[in-house]
Amino acid sequence: MSFLKKIILFYYDGFRSMTVGKKLWIIILIKLFILFIILKLLFFPDFLKSRFSSERERGDYVREQLILRK
Amino acid sequence: MILNIDPAVVDWSRAQFALTAIYHWLFVPLTLGLSFLVAIMETLYVKTGDPEWKRITKFWMTLFGINFAIGVATGIILEFEFGTNWSNYSWFVGDIFGAPLAIEGIMAFFLESTFIAIMFFGWNKVSKKFHLASSWLTAIGANLSALWILVANSWMQYPVGMKFNPETARNEMQNFWDVLFSPVAVHKFLHTISAGYVTAAIFILGISAWFLLKKRETGLARKSILVAAIFGLITSLFLAITGDGSAFTVAQKQPMKLAAMEGLYKGQRSNGLVLFGIPQPGKKAGDGQNNFALKVEIPGMLSILGYRNVNAFVPGVEDLLNGGFKPEFQNVSPAETETALPISEKIVRGKLAITAFGDLKKARKAGDEVAAAKADSAMKSNFAYFGYGYLKTPEEALPNVPLTFYSFRSMVILGFYFILLFILVLYFHSKNQLQDKRWLLRLMLWTIPLVYLAGQAGWIVAELGRQPWVIQDLLPTRAAVSMIETASVQITFVLFAVLFTALLIAEVMIMTKQIKLGPKDGGTK
Repeated sequence: MSFLKKIILFYYDGFRSMTVGKKLWIIILIKLFILFIILKLLFFPDFLKSRFSSERERGDYVREQLILRK
Repeated sequence: MILNIDPAVVDWSRAQFALTAIYHWLFVPLTLGLSFLVAIMETLYVKTGDPEWKRITKFWMTLFGINFAIGVATGIILEFEFGTNWSNYSWFVGDIFGAPLAIEGIMAFFLESTFIAIMFFGWNKVSKKFHLASSWLTAIGANLSALWILVANSWMQYPVGMKFNPETARNEMQNFWDVLFSPVAVHKFLHTISAGYVTAAIFILGISAWFLLKKRETGLARKSILVAAIFGLITSLFLAITGDGSAFTVAQKQPMKLAAMEGLYKGQRSNGLVLFGIPQPGKKAGDGQNNFALKVEIPGMLSILGYRNVNAFVPGVEDLLNGGFKPEFQNVSPAETETALPISEKIVRGKLAITAFGDLKKARKAGDEVAAAKADSAMKSNFAYFGYGYLKTPEEALPNVPLTFYSFRSMVILGFYFILLFILVLYFHSKNQLQDKRWLLRLMLWTIPLVYLAGQAGWIVAELGRQPWVIQDLLPTRAAVSMIETASVQITFVLFAVLFTALLIAEVMIMTKQIKLGPKDGGTK
């Protein structure tokens, strides 16, 4: 049996024989969905990247903010 | 033109970050400590060949797995918040945060994700020694992940190893090793991970005590208690030592935080350490009122702990506001012992730095090299006070003194209580009387919430005590926050509160159910 196949079987058997782990995996997947799909995409856009297309523009904006807020 | 930031955006963004960090820190310390305790128990199994140790290892490993699974990725939300709510800060820190967090991500992925699978799936499939090595590597990986996050946090408390580039408005790393091995980073890492070890030791003591109270699994409970109490005693002593180291660096690098921790307004030579005290309600700097309504102190101890010199002058809040004293540190650079400037002067110099920062860009754009050189020189000579330029009054440089004071006291008093508890447990265990001491067993169980309280209090001291700074002396919260709507932060605050509370309830429910079921002989996957 190839090494790669052994690794795949190792994980496959491990996941199949889980008891508490199955419930935990469901929680992990729901949590990751909420974090990365709902929260990140809908509520947490990168403020600078979503407004400015280049690094230079982002730098200029932050500079202006830092100067005007004093 | 001056841009006014809605204070509500700053407050809600801070509250949201605090909420996320507090919940995150409910999961992390147990992972840090329990991973090592599981590895130690498995080592005992491999060394002795006693199957009872295998059973014990699997039981605690299951609880470790539950905590790990529910807590994993809760910290990623902090990074979301950096990008959305704290975009000025994220830009300003430049690549300083990038390197440690990237290393953390790679390490966490390869070390934890690979070896944790072998820990849980590998029983009877890989050799005993390889399985044991995987358990140790999981523990080391988890703790190394914490290292990089704590290095990034320490840089915010004591920014070193970088140079500000006015062209890009970003800091650039000049010396990675200065960032990694700054005294603040070293002490913070050691103190934080040892807090995790103590948390896990008390978690095991508490649950084992519950088994003894229920007269169930007494063999497992007694063996677990012995390992956890020895581990807990050693690490809690180490926690006290690293706490002293942390306080010593705070005295040097963040003297305002030390003054707040001690509720100290007027400094003096041979300053005492307040053991217990009630700060005067409504006390303000310079109002002439007593600092404390009541206090008990150890004479000279604060000077010894902060300066390693019983006669040293420890500045209070008012001394730091007014300046004019010479810090009495030994073995530091001459710049660190120069006469302290009043905060009002630092504000003036900060405003000069910010103005020069703007003038530099204008001069470069206009091709005026003379004006650019002048602005560059003005900015460099005042950059150490850059953040003070955003403060409206000197009093804005003060953290919340009573909250910092009480949080620090709670952490320290609980820390010494944990040492005493470990000693008591080991004493009665050695006399074979632990099962008869039901008061002690109950105390062990009810200490579990207290150890979490101590950890949270520690973070409140670290983070609230350094206010108003996001980056010490360089960037206060009001300059770091994004120009976003307060309502959007309020909505996500509520979303996080709901999500994290649900996760915490899930953790407690699954963990409680698993504890009640107890260990299974057939495996605990």
